Order: sequence, then structure tokens, then C-alpha cells
Amino acid sequence: MLTLSILIPIAGALVLAISPKLAEAQARFAAIIVSAVPLLLLVIVWIGFDTSPSAPAFQSVAEAPWIPTLGVAWRVGVDGIALALSLMTALLFIAAVTWPADTMGRTRQYYAWFLFLEGVSLGLFLTLDLLIFYVFFDLSLVGMYFLIGRWGHGDAKAAALKFFVYTLAGSLAILLAIIALALSHDPLTFDMRTLIADQPLSAGAGASLVLLGFLLGFAIKTPLVPFHTWLPPAHVDAPGPASAILAGVLLKMGTYGIVRIPMSMMSETFARWALPIGILALVSILWGALVAFAQKNLKRRIAYTSVNHMGYTVLGIAAAGAFTAKGSTAARDLALTGAVTEMVAHGLITGSLFLIAGAFWQRAQSYDLDNYGGLARIAPKLTAATVLATFASFGLPALAGFVAEFQIFTGTFAVYPWLAALGLLGILITAALFLVMVQSLFFGDLPPQRAHFPDLRGPEIWVVSVLLFLVVLIGIWPAWLLDLIGAGTRALIEGG
Amino acid sequence: MPLGDILPEIAVLLTAVAVLLAATFLPRDRQAWCAWLALVGIAVSLLLCTMQVGSSRLTFSGVWALDGASTWARLMILATTAVALGLSPDWVKTDRRHGEFYAVLLFSCLGAMALAGASDLMQVVMGALLSSVTGYTLAAYHRDWGTSVEAGMKYFLVGALANTVMVTGVVLMLGMAGTTDFAKMETALGAGASAPLLMLGFGLVVVGLAFKLGAVPAHAWMPDVAEAAPVPAAAFLTVAPKIGAAIALARLVDLFPTDAFAIRPVIAVLSVLTMTLGNLAALWQDDVRRLIGWSSVSQSGYALMAVTVVGLTEQAIPALLFFLLGYAAANLAAFAVVGHLRGRTDRRDYAGLAATRPVAATILVLSFLSLVGIPPLAGFVGKLELFVATIEGGYAWLAIVAIANTVASLFYYLRVIGPLSFGKAEGSQPQILGRWSSACMTIGGASIVVLGLAAGTLLALFQTASLLPVTAS
Repeated sequence: MLTLSILIPIAGALVLAISPKLAEAQARFAAIIVSAVPLLLLVIVWIGFDTSPSAPAFQSVAEAPWIPTLGVAWRVGVDGIALALSLMTALLFIAAVTWPADTMGRTRQYYAWFLFLEGVSLGLFLTLDLLIFYVFFDLSLVGMYFLIGRWGHGDAKAAALKFFVYTLAGSLAILLAIIALALSHDPLTFDMRTLIADQPLSAGAGASLVLLGFLLGFAIKTPLVPFHTWLPPAHVDAPGPASAILAGVLLKMGTYGIVRIPMSMMSETFARWALPIGILALVSILWGALVAFAQKNLKRRIAYTSVNHMGYTVLGIAAAGAFTAKGSTAARDLALTGAVTEMVAHGLITGSLFLIAGAFWQRAQSYDLDNYGGLARIAPKLTAATVLATFASFGLPALAGFVAEFQIFTGTFAVYPWLAALGLLGILITAALFLVMVQSLFFGDLPPQRAHFPDLRGPEIWVVSVLLFLVVLIGIWPAWLLDLIGAGTRALIEGG
Repeated sequence: MPLGDILPEIAVLLTAVAVLLAATFLPRDRQAWCAWLALVGIAVSLLLCTMQVGSSRLTFSGVWALDGASTWARLMILATTAVALGLSPDWVKTDRRHGEFYAVLLFSCLGAMALAGASDLMQVVMGALLSSVTGYTLAAYHRDWGTSVEAGMKYFLVGALANTVMVTGVVLMLGMAGTTDFAKMETALGAGASAPLLMLGFGLVVVGLAFKLGAVPAHAWMPDVAEAAPVPAAAFLTVAPKIGAAIALARLVDLFPTDAFAIRPVIAVLSVLTMTLGNLAALWQDDVRRLIGWSSVSQSGYALMAVTVVGLTEQAIPALLFFLLGYAAANLAAFAVVGHLRGRTDRRDYAGLAATRPVAATILVLSFLSLVGIPPLAGFVGKLELFVATIEGGYAWLAIVAIANTVASLFYYLRVIGPLSFGKAEGSQPQILGRWSSACMTIGGASIVVLGLAAGTLLALFQTASLLPVTAS
């Protein structure tokens, strides 16, 4: 089931790429259908998922050999964390594919790359093999490189190049760390379950080095300050749906990686380094928020808030991994649940924000906040959607962001009170920056050249409503999601 | 004499002679027949060589190693020659007497094979010389084109010097160790024979092999040959001698006990220099063929990583073999695309190729990504194996340097891939060479993907590959 949800989009991408006769509308329709299949399959897995405390951590497991001499195999399976993230991923991809985009006359290739990226992203969350994880980690770069380079605007080629080279440096650091970790286990294996159970690298300078390799790689991907410089150009120059995927899915690969690999497989070493990681996260929170405030460019502003939000996530993860044995288990569990919820919430919220930003570009070819104003009167639906998404983004209660950030900060207060206290400043700044942004976009005087600015229409309305409906649903009634995520975090915190 | 043990080589030799005779007697418009004749010979030799898979012994009084490493390497060399042959007829058909070209190619193939199987210093010299002499001819085959002749001339000058140095080294080693036979030498070295002159001799032999490998300090010919030799010859010369020399060098390094001599660090330093120099030189290269040439230099550096840890870990030989295989597939595919596009070489001329020639563009992108080591292509598995081997062999720092180099290399490959995929084509659709180059290109592209996905099976085979005369303990 899981394997199919990885392979079907990739196969779909290949078919799209090599069928020259397909008309534009047909290609888009086919892509939407194919992109929806994984969500369907994953929902089936979800229905069968056992969240009771006695259930095994990883479920729906399947295995097939690939390179037996190295202990590499096609292993898939999910725990609560991976399932929650992959469900979000599958949904966001449907949204991105459905979103009407300017495909610059290369419609088939555009959708083919999206489907390819969907399969690859799901593969990353669903695999239980370290090397396959790396394979998908790298392939996600390739897919995104081509999407930014070919369908981006502005200086897209340079942005794509920077993105690829920068993040490949990170992923190669991860590769080395992966090899070192796998080699420390006898016999050589890349099976995540075995490595989590055996914790082969528990102490010593070597373990710290390996941890550093992982953190460097994931910090680039997440991104944490000071490794975030690839993010703004990549976001600004990418087409709207690709930005949504970049923020919503690809950034999560970094934080998911931290949870899945160093925190699970080297918990003792991770605990020793938890405080520096927390401090780095705090810097990202504050820096991301402050720099975002200074941006005049709509998309750049949203991009920097991603740095800020991923900072919350990493703060939660650092707090959760701060001790290994028993010791404020409840608080750590809370922090980790919050961090994972933040990943899901950020995916939905920022995904919609970037799609909306894409709508702005398609209508006016400008991201400059000064070029807009007073849109509330002529584009009420766009206004409502943006306001809701921004409110959710800075963590207004009863919306998804609040649920996540509340848990992160509550959990972190028990472990690192000072970090949590300072981190709260970040929420204050983001609230201010989003309010200013909403004000300058939708209120005040309408510039004359925007008099005919069209409102959201057709599929745009549907996509944004579904995403934002979930944001509200998670905000009001989060139990169904927390239950699923909790099954994963419980196993990690109490098992470790 | 156990002639049966060298049947694959005999097949190549006889075919080469037959091709030469045919080239002499065939009318000019039928010279292309020689290529097909040569291909048949290669096919026979491949078949004979396949039957040797699994054998592990020394033969011809210890001069010739019939082991896993040599068998797999010779299979790769034969396959490389086949691809180069496939590319050739359309490329050289304007030459009136191009039948000879195929014969020279076969002799060169024989030289590379001899290197791969050499278990005696004299045999190494013989292989290196045969492969060099024919190589010069191949590189300068466009006699009327100054740049090609210049490439051949540079190749010859560097080669003549390197081969002289190597022969001097062999003499020194013979003098100090009392033998050129690898098996006897290993015994002597194991017993603690060491002398400054012996080390010097070894160093000189390494220089000679570095020439064939395209590694520092004798790498200078590689970009010139890649740029100006006939494309089929460039494809062949950047791959086949490298495979042979890598195996020969690994065999030689393996003779030295792992604890007593500081030769592995020397190889490691050479590896670092080679990959770094190759990558730095390629960074701002605007000539795609030169770029591939410099990238070949850097790839030699990666191959040396595996040579460094020979004897330190069991993964070294599988890593070396698989890396060479992945490199061969990607490099041949890249050159096949260049040849298919009639040798166009300015980076700007590749703009918009994805729209005008989608298949060729895809294969070139695949081959470059494989050379970077993007999964799940063949190059990725090769590099993965290299990293595993070097870390396990205690050379983790070498793996880190290689990683930094890989990031740098991505930059220049993307400098081609970017315009190719995102740029706008100017002028009409690029001219192509013909059906055969298209076939070679497709085979190359397909093998990059298939070798990566089917890596498990191959690695299991390589895992048991032995490297005589040292037997695994």
C-alpha cells in the first residue's frame, strides 16, 4: 500500500513525460487524478492504523531487498509521525497540482515534475531504510531544481542553482553521517528499526561528529539560521505551487529527519547537544521574525516566517530530546507532539499562503507590498482567505498554529524555561508583521492600476477552502490529529 | 602454455589483424565493414571472457592474473570498446581509409586488457605501452585538423615522459626486490624488504600508471584529448585505459603490507590532488568536451580513493569495480550525446536542447547527474561504495574531501544542465550524426539507470572478486 503510494505518482510522471499527444487540459486532469491516488491509499492505511499504546511503533511494514551486500533494502512503514506528515504531503500535492498555474507551454513536463516530486516526498516520509531516505532526500532536490529553474520567474536559474548546490552540500553531509552510523552497527545495516533499537553509536567524539553531520545537513534543509540563505531566492523566484511544496513539504524533510534519525537513533548524543540546538532554534525564531518584518516583498516575507516557524519546530524537538531516561516525560512528549503538529499546521497554512502569493503574481506580476492596497473591497474572497491564513500563521487560538505552538511552548517551559520565554517574542513579532501585511494589501487606498484585480475563482477557491478548513478543524477539534501523532511520539519518548 | 586462459585477448588480437587486412583490401566505400567485423570480434571476446567469470588463479608462470578484478575489468573494457566502435563509423566515414581506425581501437583495447590482467611489472609496461602507442594515433586521427594533432602531440609528449619514468621505476624495483613478479614481490615485501630506492621505483611506476589513469601528476593530456580527439576515440581513451590502469595500480598497492609502508597515504594525497584539480579546472569551463575531460580527471581521483584502501577493507575492490562501471557508463553516454550532436562543444550551443532534442538532452542530464552521484543512478551506488570503503578503511577524511569536491562538481555540471533545460534554442534543430550514435547514446543512458537499480545483483558478484596475488585473509 505504502509502496504503491510512492510508485504510482512516479510512474504517472514518467507516463506524462513520454506521451506527446496529450493536450494541456488532459494533462492537468490526469495529473490531478494521479496525485489524488496516494492520499486515498494513505487514508486507507490511516483507517487501519492502530494508535493504542500496545501497538507496534511501525505499521504497514513491507520489505524487498535492493543491495543485500550493504544491508540496503526497500523498507516502508509508518508510525504516527510519518503518517501524519505524509497525509499532509499528499493533500498539499493535490492542492499544488490543482492550483491553476502558468505552465509556459510545457504543461506535461510541469505536471510530470510535480508528480515525480510527490512520489519522492512521500517516499522520504514512508521509508524505513536510511539509504532509501537519502535517495529520496536527494531526488527531491532534483525535482525542485527543475521546477524552479524552468517555471520560475525573475532570476530563476541562479536561484535554482544556489538551491541545488547549497542543499546538496547538506545532503552529502547527511550521507557521510548515515554511512558512519550504519558502519558502527555490526552487521552493516541501513534498517531504521534496527538502528533505533540498538543505538549503535552511543558515546564518544565520533558520535558527536556524526551528529554534527546530520544536524548540518538537516539545518540547511530546515533551514535554521545561519544556513537559511538559499531559501529566500528559491522561494521568491519559484512558481507559487512550487513554493507551497517547498515550504510545506521539503522543509519538513529537515525537521522530520532530525526526529527520525539523530533523535531516535542516537538519543544519548542528541540529549547532550539538545541545548545548543535549542539555542540555534531560538536564534532562528527571532532572526526569522525580525528579518521577515523588514521585507517589502510579499513572498520574501512569508519565506522568512517559514524560518521562524521551523524554529519553533526545532525548539520543540530539542526540548523533547533533552533527556534520555525518564525525566519530565510528559513535558517532552508534549513538546514533540507540538513540534510535529507544527509541521503539519505549517504545511497547510504556509502552503495556502504561498498559493495565494502565487495568485498575486499571476494577476499583477508583482510581490511588492507597496503596489497593493484596498483590495478588500474588490476581492473579498481573497481577503478572507489571506486573513484567515495569516491569523493561523501567527498562532491565533482556535486555529491550527495555536494548537501546535501552545504545546511546543508548554513542553519547552518545563525543560528550557528561558528559551521558551524568549521564543514567545517571536510570536509577538510575527503577529505584528502579518497584521501590517494584511493592512497594506487589503486596506487603505486602492491603487488605480489594481481597479480590475480579479478575486479568487474556480479551483483556487476550492483548494484554499479545503486547506483552511483543515486549519480551522485542527484548531477547534485537534484530537484526531493529536491522537495519531501521539502514537508516534509516545513510542519515541518513552521507548528511548 | 595455457593458451585457453587468454582466449579473449587472442580473439581481440586476431580480429584486429583481420580488420587491418580487410581495411587494406576493401574498397573505400566499404571500409565501414571493418567496424562490423570488429564488433563481431568484440562480441566473441566478451563471450569468452564471460566464461572466465569465477576463476581466480595466476597463469603463464604468474604473469597473468585471471581473477575477479581482471575479469570484470576486461569485460568493462570490451564493452567500452564496443560502444566506441558503434559511435565510430558515422564519425570517421569522411576519412578515406577509416578501416584502420577500428584496428587501432582494437589494439588499444588489447593494451588496456593487458594492464587489467597484469601480475608482473614487465607485463604492466607492455600493457601501458601498447595502450599508449595506439592511443596517440587515435587522439590525432583527424590529421588535417590542427587541434586534434595538437591533442595527439600533447598526449604523446606526456605519455613518452610518463612511460620512460615508469620503465625507470620498474628497473629500480627489479633491482631492489630482485623480481618483477608480483607474487614473489609480495613475499619479499611481506618479509620486510624495504629500501628508499624500492620506494622511489614504486613512486615512478605510480607516475606511469597515473598517466594512463589521467591522474595527477600526469593528467594534462585528458582535457585536450577530450576536446579534440575524434569523439569515439575520446570516449574510449577517457575510459578504457583508466579501467586497466586502476586495476593494475590496485594490484600493485595491494602487494604492500598495510602496516609497514606509508604508500597508502601517498595514494590518498594523489587522490585528493586529482579530484580537486580536476574539479577546479572544470568550474568555469565553457567548452563542454573539455569540461567532460576535466571531470574525467576528477573521477580518476575518486577511483584512487578505492585504491587507497585496497587491503584495508574488503569493500575496496567491489567499490573500485562498481565505481569504474558507473563512470564508464556515464562518461560513454555523455560522449555519445556529444558525438550524436556532431561534436558540438560550446556550452552556449547547448541552450534549449531539452526542447529541440529531448532524448539527447535527457541522456546528457542523466549522465551528468550520475557523475555527480545523484541516486538512484549508477554513479550514486559507485560513490556510495567508495564512501563506505574509505570510511571502513580508516580514511574518513578522504571521504569528506570527496564530498566537498562532489558539491563543487555539481556546480559545473549544472552550468551545462541549466541552459540546456531552461534556455531558449537559437537557430534550427541541431544536426545529428546518425542512427548508430543514437543507439549508443540510448544504451549508455539506459545502462546508467539500470546499473543503478540493479546494483544489488552486480555488487553481490563483485563482492567475491579477488585481487591476486594477494588472497583475502
